[in-house]
Amino acid sequence: MATQEEIVAGLADIVNEIAGIPTEDVKLDKSFTDDLDVDSLSMVEVVVAAEEQFGVKIPDDDVKNLKTVGDAADYILKAQQA
Amino acid sequence: MSPTNRTVVVTGIGATTPLGGDSASTWEALLAGRSGVRPLEQDWAAELPVRIAAQIAVEPGEILPRPLARKLDRSAQFALIAAREAWADAGFTAKAGDDPAVDPDRLGAVVASGIGGVTTLLGQYDVLKEQGVRKVSPHTVPMLMPNSPSANVGIDINARAGVHTPVSACASGAEAIGYAVEMIRTGRADVVVAGGTEAAIHPLPIVAFGNMMAMSKNNDNPQGASRPYDAGRDGFVLGEGAGVVVLESVEHARARGARVYAEVVGQGISADAHHITQPEPTGRGIAAALQHLLDGSDLKPAEIVHVNAHATSTPQGDVAEIKALRAVFGDDVDHMAISATKSMTGHLLGGAGGIETVASVLALYHRLAPPTINLVERDPEADADIVGDKPRPLPEGTIAALNDSFGFGGHNVVLALRSFES
Repeated sequence: MATQEEIVAGLADIVNEIAGIPTEDVKLDKSFTDDLDVDSLSMVEVVVAAEEQFGVKIPDDDVKNLKTVGDAADYILKAQQA
Repeated sequence: MSPTNRTVVVTGIGATTPLGGDSASTWEALLAGRSGVRPLEQDWAAELPVRIAAQIAVEPGEILPRPLARKLDRSAQFALIAAREAWADAGFTAKAGDDPAVDPDRLGAVVASGIGGVTTLLGQYDVLKEQGVRKVSPHTVPMLMPNSPSANVGIDINARAGVHTPVSACASGAEAIGYAVEMIRTGRADVVVAGGTEAAIHPLPIVAFGNMMAMSKNNDNPQGASRPYDAGRDGFVLGEGAGVVVLESVEHARARGARVYAEVVGQGISADAHHITQPEPTGRGIAAALQHLLDGSDLKPAEIVHVNAHATSTPQGDVAEIKALRAVFGDDVDHMAISATKSMTGHLLGGAGGIETVASVLALYHRLAPPTINLVERDPEADADIVGDKPRPLPEGTIAALNDSFGFGGHNVVLALRSFES
């Protein structure tokens, strides 16, 4: 099971790959849309890549609640324990 | 705004082609008579009946940032590269609005493709079959839609007067430029970025064109395979890339002190209504397009000194075009230096009208008609002055050039350009 720190690092790599944002800029309080250049289509890619990397399921209905990197990291942490 | 009949000029050019990553390197290669056709060395090509193509000289992934490139079909990548070159070449320093020289509400984009995002469509179907529903890219639809190149160029330059995508197979690029000219003439826009793009080098289109008996199977001699007007021609060679021009009303160009390459005198459009793929053998439809061009503009046959022919290297099509030129222009054809640049670039389908307009603009600007390579044994039915393997100087004074483009479906589009004295 990944720690919050490992999850953020993983998300940083994914966001870097998809949106070209430097990994060090991907922090808990950053908004995917407003800060990281991840639009709604690219967010689907982030989610699919995160599901694969962390072995979790993130249903479409929950994706809209993942506004920040912190939201996503918390969701993945909980989903891993479920 | 009420209709007007404004003069339209070319103020910027851009291209990425099998001959070079920009318009300058493409032009240099055209003058040198270099072929862009190479063997297809990809694994998927090994068993195909056609194993040659005019592949892009500079991969778009080397130019565009990866986060942008991965959201664009290859055809849109080519279009964006060519459009950005043309935009900068026209002297604009930023997108419309940020550069105050052009008002976004007076700027249009018309970039066409014959086939659209075919490699995205087929590639994502492979993903669906092999990796499942979840792995299909959410960008698939905006990548494969045929208006994607136009829309992405429009967003990039901030074009708000209208973004369009006329589709007419291999005439698409020329029709896009013709549409853009009308947008300016009729007062809808002051500046329009226009051209054609294509990226269809994939086993399915290659096999499909091959099964139509439309493509050259000269796999043993890639550089000699595209041979318009030569008696031994056996079909076209598929090419990829894009060519884009910046069109502008002459008033707008003068007001900002822009360099003018050439005037767009007019266009002629017709349809064969004959057969879905075969050219009408007498050239009747092409002749009608040429006649409409003359009727609708102040172009004089005596001015026309160069034709960038459609000439794809198919046995029927090349000859029908010459017959049509003879039917309309008679002896005036004798002073037209006719070039078939597809002998070097291959056939870019919907991109052809774009890069051939760029070539025609440069031919007028530099007063040089590019060569036609691989013309060893001239087809006696091609009764015209075909420029051979060396460039041909064009005369001084006011000169005009035609750029012919025809497409499956019987689409005929002829654009006329004229030298411009500023």
